[in-house]
Amino acid sequence: MFGKLTIEALPFYSPIAAGGALVTVGGALLVFLVLTWLKAWKYLWTDWLTSVDHKRIGVMYIVLALIMLLRGFVDAIMMRAQQAMALNSGGYLPPEHFDQIFSSHGTIMIFFMAMPFMTGLINVIVPLQIGTRDVAFPWLNAVSLWLSAAGAALVMVSLVIGKFSTAGWTGYPPYSGIEYNPGVGVDYWIWAILISGVGSTMSGINFIVTILKRRAPGMTLMRMTPFVWTALVASVLMAFAFPAITVACGLLALDRLAGMHFFTNAHGGNMMNYVNLFWIWGHPEVYILILPAFGIFSEVVSTFSRKRLFGYESLVYATAAIGILSFTVWLHHFFTMGSSANVNAFFGVMTMIIAVPTGVKVFNWLLTMYRGRIEFHPSMMWSIGFIVTFVIGGMTGVLLAIPPADFLMHNTTFLVAHFHNMIIPGVLFGYLAGYMYWFPKVFGFAFNRGWGLGAFWCWLVGFYLAFMPLYLLGLKGMPRRMETYNDPTWQPYLQVAAFGAFVVLCGIGCMVMQLYVSLRDRNKTRDLTGDPFDGRTLEWSTSSPPPPYNFAVIPTVGDREAFLEMKEKGIAYQRPAAYEAIRIPSNTPIGVILGAFAFVLGFAVVWHIWWLVLAAGVVMFAAVIVRSSDDDNEFTMSAAEVKAIEDERFRVMGTRP
Amino acid sequence: MSVAHMSEHEREEAETHEQRALGFWLYLMGDAVIFALLFATYAIMIPGTAGGPTGKQLFELDNAAIETVLLLVSSMTFGFASLQVKAGNRGAVLAWLAITFLLGTAFVFLEVREFSGMIAQGAGPDRSGFLSAFFTLVGTHGVHVTMGLIWIVILGAQVALKGLTMPVASRLHRLGLFWHFLDIAWVGIFSIVYLPGLL
Repeated sequence: MFGKLTIEALPFYSPIAAGGALVTVGGALLVFLVLTWLKAWKYLWTDWLTSVDHKRIGVMYIVLALIMLLRGFVDAIMMRAQQAMALNSGGYLPPEHFDQIFSSHGTIMIFFMAMPFMTGLINVIVPLQIGTRDVAFPWLNAVSLWLSAAGAALVMVSLVIGKFSTAGWTGYPPYSGIEYNPGVGVDYWIWAILISGVGSTMSGINFIVTILKRRAPGMTLMRMTPFVWTALVASVLMAFAFPAITVACGLLALDRLAGMHFFTNAHGGNMMNYVNLFWIWGHPEVYILILPAFGIFSEVVSTFSRKRLFGYESLVYATAAIGILSFTVWLHHFFTMGSSANVNAFFGVMTMIIAVPTGVKVFNWLLTMYRGRIEFHPSMMWSIGFIVTFVIGGMTGVLLAIPPADFLMHNTTFLVAHFHNMIIPGVLFGYLAGYMYWFPKVFGFAFNRGWGLGAFWCWLVGFYLAFMPLYLLGLKGMPRRMETYNDPTWQPYLQVAAFGAFVVLCGIGCMVMQLYVSLRDRNKTRDLTGDPFDGRTLEWSTSSPPPPYNFAVIPTVGDREAFLEMKEKGIAYQRPAAYEAIRIPSNTPIGVILGAFAFVLGFAVVWHIWWLVLAAGVVMFAAVIVRSSDDDNEFTMSAAEVKAIEDERFRVMGTRP
Repeated sequence: MSVAHMSEHEREEAETHEQRALGFWLYLMGDAVIFALLFATYAIMIPGTAGGPTGKQLFELDNAAIETVLLLVSSMTFGFASLQVKAGNRGAVLAWLAITFLLGTAFVFLEVREFSGMIAQGAGPDRSGFLSAFFTLVGTHGVHVTMGLIWIVILGAQVALKGLTMPVASRLHRLGLFWHFLDIAWVGIFSIVYLPGLL
């Protein structure tokens, strides 16, 4: 009846595991009670969970990302604490638990923090920047969101029921195969990734069609903002790289569930094939995450330097070049596999080549700032902190691109330091810059700058303290993922790194305070114009928060910096003689229903509850058929309603001091 | 209907369907990546028979040839259905969809028979890496065809109930893309799995 699921799956075997479960259940219960106390369920359901509005979906993605950032960070600080104290001792975490923590940290940070954060920002901003009313497939967008949430929920539920994978975030076989890992952990990992991966593939397709087909009149490709360009290239990578991880994880699942031999030691299996398939997705994934962040930096640097972006075209070509080259470097993740010297040399050279367009971009940003009137908004600080820190990470990457050097550093903490040095400044700082830059646009009130700056400095200093020691440890030969060690010279470095993690914790505290203070003061800091930073691009031309239809009249674009041009010509804020009725997609619960049953399906597969797998599959199938047969899923907002909203906007704008 | 004669609403609807067609093409390209990787996986696993049967011992050219004919002809009959959609001939659309459905069902039947025959003689997907790759590649295609069959039934019902409205016609167009794509994938399977396996 319940497959492999028994009462033994609850984590009473260890106080620390039970604590983690308690925090998860307690947190969920707390949210439930607060929502009930606020009587917010109906509002939440009708205005948010069933919404197909790209802005609301984007916000929900970012909420998911921030929650998972907390979870992933707790994992990080637990690992740092363990390594700081585990000299010649077991520390406080047993090996099997430590392994689960580093596996879930990586899985969460990549799939359930960075991916939703990026998808959320693209969702909110891209339709506004290209001057359209929604993405091409609003309902599909909601499905993508809820599939991502279902994957995240599977990772979270593994804290309470059963265990998570111990095979690292990359899940290499044969260790992740059924022979060496008979528990449910790897299955949780596989199904979380498969389910959210389908969502990401569909998001990619959705954004490509949106950007290619729904731009405002006059917005040629070379008039798109840098963020839209990077979002487009990242979406192409999403649509064509995610199928690779679907194959990798799908075949691993077949090995585990159906006794197949794709990646087993015996019976003709070939485990290196998994590693290739995984990184055929994995390397483009790095650029899926980082390119949109590059776009955000470009927007932020240009706005807060009060200058047109330097070398726009070179930035566009560099972005496209990175998109193509990102499919030609995957083997540098496993130079030690044993391919021939020529193969390794090819991938080493390609890796060095892909650093060139990235270098081009660094000059784009530096020369945009050069002689600009720079305003040190928190977003600008994230950008400057990124440029300095990222260049260091880039150089260690070029070092690792040399196969003989990589052989020495492979799987040491040098590698750990390197990729955190790329992803924390390159991805996370970028998303946080975008989060602080576009916050007033989305919510209509200012985002507190003081706490934002505090968050930035804590993250930056904490980052250096946490990861610079790991470079040195790697050079001293410390392997990654060690639960215990016996070299006393390593411990001081690990203690500094742990201290760095605590400084980052202060940064997260500042982020929480920033949200609290901004919400508290929201009535004093309303953004009445919709253009708080003297913006250059179309998202600033509409109100904050934007109306459901984004633009009452679709703008006509005459320049790359469309809104700045309108302001200079004095044609911004012009009102039409008459408004027209606007068709808007209706809300639907089918997205959230599909997500819920995808979660049930994943959970049932993990525990081999086959009747439930079938039931959930049938429900999902039926829901899709019902929805796809529906011809009328829009409603019309009348011209009078549009006029009323716009009148109010211009009235408010007139009252500004 | 020429563009000049379209109302605002009709033009919006036409744009919507154009976007859906592009989105579907992109989905097919993603699906093609899945097939490409399964083909590559199969190719490297051909030697991984682990002492079990090889393709030469297992594959029957007759069966694969009949499957090929069935699928290729079904693509042609679907093409006739598409022509009748343009002509607005509802009955003929339904007839051609029904014929396509029968051909596709026969294909799936032959594939299931081949698979169960192999499993019965101890050459199932858990026998060796080679057979895992074979069953997964060919089976993935078979699952796609089955989905296509279900989709034909659903759209057949829509044609019968709603008529050849613009949304229904646009769905038929995308189903057509899907069905022809499966043909191309099968041509790959025939030439990479069955022919070299037998030669």
